[in-house]
Amino acid sequence: MVERAFQITEEDIFVDAVVARLADPAIGAVITFVGVVRGVTEGRQVHYLEYEAYPGMAESVLRQIGDEIRARWETIREVAIVHRVGRLQVGETAVVIALSAAHRHEVFDAVHYAIDRIKEIGPIWKKEVWADGAEWRSEGG
Amino acid sequence: MTNGQIAVKVRFFAAPREAIGTGEIEVEIPTGSTVGDLIDLLTEEYPALRTYTRFISVAVNRGYVGMQNVLHDGDEVACLPPVGGG
Repeated sequence: MVERAFQITEEDIFVDAVVARLADPAIGAVITFVGVVRGVTEGRQVHYLEYEAYPGMAESVLRQIGDEIRARWETIREVAIVHRVGRLQVGETAVVIALSAAHRHEVFDAVHYAIDRIKEIGPIWKKEVWADGAEWRSEGG
Repeated sequence: MTNGQIAVKVRFFAAPREAIGTGEIEVEIPTGSTVGDLIDLLTEEYPALRTYTRFISVAVNRGYVGMQNVLHDGDEVACLPPVGGG
C-alpha cells in the first residue's frame, strides 16, 4: 500500500504529486479525477466553499473505499485519494482520486465508483457561501 | 461518574454543530443505553437538533453503527449529518 495514499489536508492539492505516490514499474495506466470548486450553483454565484471532515474517521473511510475498489476490480493496483478541507476559493482543487492499473481496462468504472462512494459515505461536509447567505449541502439536496 | 451511568463524548459536525453552538460535549447516560436513547436525550436537551435528527447517521469510535448499538463508557459518538464531500 502506498504511503499517505488516503489523506485529508488543509493544503493545496497537486495532481502530479498524488499521481507520483502511485509510481510502480508494473503500471501502464493511471486515471485521475479532479474535483474543483465550481463558481455557480443553481444560478447563484459562489463566494467560497468551506469543507469540514471528521478527523481520523474520514481518512479511514477513504482507505475503506480504496479496499473496496481493489476487491472489486482485481486489475487496479493502487488507489490514492486526497481531500482538502477548510476554506476553498472558486477554481481550487477539492479532491483528487488517482488509480493505477497494468492496462486501461476498468479504470474508468473504478474511478466513477470512487467519487460516488466518497459522496455517499465520506464523513465530509461542504458549506456553500454566497454573497447573501450560506448553506451546508449534501448529495440529497 | 455516578453508579449505573456511563460517560460518552459526543461530536457534532457541519449544520448541527452550528445549530447547537459546539462541536463536542460530554454526556452521562444510563448503562445499557443505545445510540437511539442518546439521540432522544440530546434532542430534549438541544431542541435545535430536532431539525437534523431524522437525517443523522451515527458513528461510534469512528465506524458507522445503527441506532440499536449499545454504548459503553468512554465511547466517542459522532452525529453525522448527510455528507457532501467531493
